[in-house]
Amino acid sequence: MDILQLVIVGMVVGSIIGLGAMGLTLTFGVLKFANFAHADLMTLGMYLAFFVIVDVGIVGGHVGPFSFGWGMIPAVLFAWGGVAAFTVGVDRFVFRPLRRRETDFLSIGIASLGVAIALQAVVQAIWGSAPLRYHSEIHRALTFAGGLKIKPDQILIIGLTLAMAVALYLLLHRTRLGTAMRATSDNAPLAEASGIDTERVRIATWVIASAMTAVAGVMFALQSQLRFDAGFEFLLLPMFAAVILGGIGNPWGALVGGLIVGISQELSTEWINTGFKPGVPFLLLILILIVRPRGLFGSETQWST
Amino acid sequence: MLPVDAFTSLAGEAPALLPPLITFGGSVNWTVGFLTTAAIFAIAALALNVQWGYTGTINFGVVAFFGVGAYTSALLTLDAPGEFESYVGGLELAIPIGWVGGMVAGGVLALLVGLPTLRLRDDFLAIATIGIATILRSIANAQEGLVNRARGLNGIPRPLEGFANDMGVDYDLVLLVLTSGVLLMVFLVVRGATASPWGRVLRAIRENEATAQSVGKMTTSYRIQSFVLGGALMGLAGAIFAHRIGTIAPDSFDNLTTFLVWTMVIVGGSGNNRGVMLGALVVGFVWFGLPLIQEELPDFLGTRVFMLRRIAIGLLIIAFVLTRPQGLLGEEPRVSRFAPRGDGGGGLWPTGLWSRIRGQPGGGAA
Amino acid sequence: MTALLEVEEVTAGYGTVMIVHEVSIRLEAGELVTIIGPNGAGKSTLLKAIFGLLPIRDGRVQLGGDTVTDESPSRMVRLGASFVPQTENVFPSLTIRENLEMGAYQLSRGVRRRIDEVLDLFPELSERTGEQAARLSGGQRQALAIARSLMLDPKLLLLDEPTAALSPVRRREIFDRLMAIRERGVALLMVEQNAREALAISDRAYVLVDGRNAHEQPGPEMLANPEVGRLFLGLDSVEDGETDPGGV
Ligand SMILES: Nc1ncnc2c1ncn2[C@@H]1O[C@H](COP(=O)(O)OP(=O)(O)OP(=O)(O)O)[C@@H](O)[C@H]1O
Ligand SMILES: [Mg+2]
Repeated sequence: MDILQLVIVGMVVGSIIGLGAMGLTLTFGVLKFANFAHADLMTLGMYLAFFVIVDVGIVGGHVGPFSFGWGMIPAVLFAWGGVAAFTVGVDRFVFRPLRRRETDFLSIGIASLGVAIALQAVVQAIWGSAPLRYHSEIHRALTFAGGLKIKPDQILIIGLTLAMAVALYLLLHRTRLGTAMRATSDNAPLAEASGIDTERVRIATWVIASAMTAVAGVMFALQSQLRFDAGFEFLLLPMFAAVILGGIGNPWGALVGGLIVGISQELSTEWINTGFKPGVPFLLLILILIVRPRGLFGSETQWST
Repeated sequence: MLPVDAFTSLAGEAPALLPPLITFGGSVNWTVGFLTTAAIFAIAALALNVQWGYTGTINFGVVAFFGVGAYTSALLTLDAPGEFESYVGGLELAIPIGWVGGMVAGGVLALLVGLPTLRLRDDFLAIATIGIATILRSIANAQEGLVNRARGLNGIPRPLEGFANDMGVDYDLVLLVLTSGVLLMVFLVVRGATASPWGRVLRAIRENEATAQSVGKMTTSYRIQSFVLGGALMGLAGAIFAHRIGTIAPDSFDNLTTFLVWTMVIVGGSGNNRGVMLGALVVGFVWFGLPLIQEELPDFLGTRVFMLRRIAIGLLIIAFVLTRPQGLLGEEPRVSRFAPRGDGGGGLWPTGLWSRIRGQPGGGAA
Repeated sequence: MTALLEVEEVTAGYGTVMIVHEVSIRLEAGELVTIIGPNGAGKSTLLKAIFGLLPIRDGRVQLGGDTVTDESPSRMVRLGASFVPQTENVFPSLTIRENLEMGAYQLSRGVRRRIDEVLDLFPELSERTGEQAARLSGGQRQALAIARSLMLDPKLLLLDEPTAALSPVRRREIFDRLMAIRERGVALLMVEQNAREALAISDRAYVLVDGRNAHEQPGPEMLANPEVGRLFLGLDSVEDGETDPGGV
């Protein structure tokens, strides 16, 4: 296939990975543990949106050239709220007690694996194992000069990812809460000693990360399908690869990392068996760990842009 | 939605234990079949205990090492590929050679994954191991002429089958005795290793890497050694599995196996070899026993029993990390919990949770 | 009259290991009090326990007449205390201005004016407010840490070795600043290794050995006390000799 076409598809996939990775890097940076349930939180988000659009039946006709209707707006908001409530709840009853006890952060990661396993099974128990879609109609692609094809949904995916990245940047660098999040990430005990209520900052971090997580999950389902097992199979490793490529705690880095992962994954199919595609993010991960483990944009301090 | 051909997956959605027992010479003895499976899992749990329990390195790709061992042993011992098959190997070697080959393969994979990641932060290895199983599975499915793709390998020879026939004893029992014997040997090896000075270094690494480094031990080298030992034993467990089942395919090796082994180690007690074997028994019983009571459950649960048991192990992991991190049996005596800190405690960071993050690339405190 | 800070027989430590045993300390408003003692005596542990960063096993802490034993740091801040830790006492990836803003997190308005006031005391920081704290030198970092702790106009400042690892010139600068801060009526409780200089400007001093009170005396007198000099300053004077052959 045309290289340019592959790059475009790669940008779409990379945006989804990158947006998910932005949420992941945020919690990784502030809460300091690798959340292995992150990909399954995306799955939860995509199914919560399905609940609103299909189970409840808020479709809202058809918006312009997109594959979905106005119902997508309440669906995404519901997904965000649901993921946020779930993560804040899990933090309250699982992660916070472990934090209080100064548990090794690897053990917190393992607890998050338990969350991932249970959450995935719950999603499967409710919505079943068969892949689903929000809408069944055919979604026509736009054709551009040179035969390049791109679907309106895909343009939206790239655009919305960029918009959310800008919004996150402004939040982190232009608001008191955002500065407090970066301060907590830098040095949580000092933040506490400065009079910052770090527990509230952590809750805010979950809520903000949930927005990106839920939207990225819905985007994944638009681009591909709703799959209960998307987490461990498709999403988790590429997102972690993006996070580490960009430097832990660096949202811009995570976005760029996601694009690198997505584009190289798609481009690789030009030369190698498509079955090897899942290996591409792994190789990128190993490469960056060997060459520059702090990530492409990780300086000695994180959050720098 | 459930695969029809049962036991394509060890821990997976197939009602794993019942059908193959029927094919194994007719004696439908659930207990014997279960104990054999539990023994294979116990070997994998001991292996993970070397890596996580004693050294504190996370391996989320247990099933990858398991699968590499299974495939290697199968390819070494199988007949040459038939007309409609295509795979490398088929060397018709003796089964014990296959098992040794499976161990070597697991160890080599551990070396390949561990070398670039083990000198880095602990969680980087965990992340790197997430994908190995998925990648190896998709390669096995995609590459023609490697392992017969999704068609799988069939007719893997069973150990001591002729012996059982000659003696007229139930084959399932022979297999159970054989598997238990291997488990005993693995237990003795692991116990010996972890009780030795080598094992004490591993625990020192886990407790406080900075101190271990400051007394001049080459921690990375030790961590790689422990990772390779664990990988090799996982390969052995996979090899035994392959020869027990006789048929393996890429999808036999899904992540549930990894999760199950983790649950066994955490429930039994990280860092306690007897504990993780007990964990294999207890967790295995929940996992394989739950489907047996499917009929008794109310309908909406009964039809979801395979999801139910996954929810159960997820919650078991969380519950044990939260309320009983030492597991059922607790840890064997260990090195001092309060090793002195490098910086004299002038900073605000407490020990434990944060101590390993500090001063490492990409860590929180710059 | 009641003291500003009253630490009564406090016992505290990490987990089950107690480091500080039944230590008592008293500080009047506007006083400068120094704690000295050998490495590992538990000085940092004591400050952290007072400020609520470590649980107190036994004993009592009072601040301005209120009992604040085991209060959270954020409440200590609200009650007018503030703390400069020994190490890692700035947010490295935040700019200088953002560091100061975080010091005033509990202040809802007037933050900008307050930053200007505090920067008056630290002119070397005021030209670089947009720079990341990670780029600062050791002395500037320490200055920023102190500046951050002054943002809420505290009555009491706890300082853990503010001059550790600084050159004699930088040390002098920091001590001058501390004296200026004290002129404004802020009470200071300071842990110091550079005991000679610290004691010279202190109203009183405590010696902490093995997590216990060993001695209490007005600062200059303690400096002259031959026993203290021999027992507790011996190590210190050797260090001084190494880093500063000319003496201070
Ligand atoms: N986070 C911690 N966990 C466990 N023990 C600690 C911790 N921090 C310090 N300690 C121990 O507490 C004891 C006292 O430490 P502390 O930092 O209070 O001493 P200090 O008097 O401030 O010494 P220094 O002059 O070196 O700063 C030391 O033995 C130290 O090893
Ligand atoms: Mg100290």
